[in-house]
Parts: sequence; C-alpha cells; structure tokens
Amino acid sequence: MSEAGLADLVGVTISVITNDGRNIVGTLKGYDQATNVILDDCHERVYSTKTGVEQLVLGLYVIRGDNIAVVGEVDDELDSQIDLGQISAAPLKPLAH
Amino acid sequence: MLFYSYFKTLKGKEVTVELKNDLAITGTMHSVDQYLNIKLNNTRVVNEQKYPHMMSVRNCFIRGSVVRYVQLPPGSVDTEILHDATRREARGG
Repeated sequence: MSEAGLADLVGVTISVITNDGRNIVGTLKGYDQATNVILDDCHERVYSTKTGVEQLVLGLYVIRGDNIAVVGEVDDELDSQIDLGQISAAPLKPLAH
Repeated sequence: MLFYSYFKTLKGKEVTVELKNDLAITGTMHSVDQYLNIKLNNTRVVNEQKYPHMMSVRNCFIRGSVVRYVQLPPGSVDTEILHDATRREARGG
C-alpha cells in the first residue's frame, strides 16, 4: 500500500462500513480527499441474528465520506471461501459520538 | 500536527484501533495522514465471533473521524518528550 489515501485500492473490491452500520461491498472506481467514494457493481450485506447474511444488489453508488467509517480491501480468495448464508450476527451498531 | 507526527513514529508497530461503533481492529500501522485517517495491514477484528463483518479484510483504511481510541504497544510513547512538545506547541512554537 502506498502512503495515506485510497489510490492503491482503485479497481479493487472493497468493503465499506458506513456510520449507520451498513456494509457495502463493490469495486472502487474513484475517491477524493474527503473519502467520498464511487463504488461499481456493489451490493449490501445485511447481517441478522435470525438468518444468514442477505445480499442486496445496489449497482453504482456514490457514498459521501462523512458517512464512511472503514474502507477494507477484500481478499477475494478469502471472501470466496466464506459461506455468507451460514453467517449470522447482529448488525454493526451505528456510530455513537 | 503534533499527534500526526507522533502517529507517524508508530509505523510498523502493532496497534488496536477502537471505533465509535465499538468495533476494535488490530493491525500493523501502515500509514497515517493529516486527518489522522489510519491504514492498517494484516488486520484482525477483536471478537470476530461477534463481528464477522470484516472476515475477508486484511488491509483497511479507517477514517480518522470514527476513531475512539488507539491502543499503543507498551513502551512506544515517551511521555516526557510528548509533554514537552505539547507545551511548546501550546506556547506557539
């Protein structure tokens, strides 16, 4: 990884955790210094304690930086080994300042 | 800029960053920028059973605005030097 910033993640699958606790996974198309992010072919992973993870197709999204907590680089090989349907967990809490 | 400089000295060290959503991520400090955004390598989430949301993530970028604590490795901070530096900055130079 280069110095700070998201330059080396462009074109890569990333997982964004938003301030309200949602998890959105897609391909990083662009970003800026405010951490605004453009995600292509993205989907939301909805966690619940009752069923496995549900995936909702979203398409092309622009997420405002103010609303972003974490941007993670998805290891595609690790990700393909995970059976999301079998994973059940409480959704992440929203940020509390 | 003082804490920016301080965090830069932690590059390569293992830290745990606790976020304002109670998620705690341990990893090797890769870089930090002027907003105190932090990049960690080789990350693991503390209590992965409860928080499986980042199971396939090994490198991540954490927005500075969502950080609650940075847990430091023991002995990585010389409080005397940091005290002096903060006092100097408070006096304006």
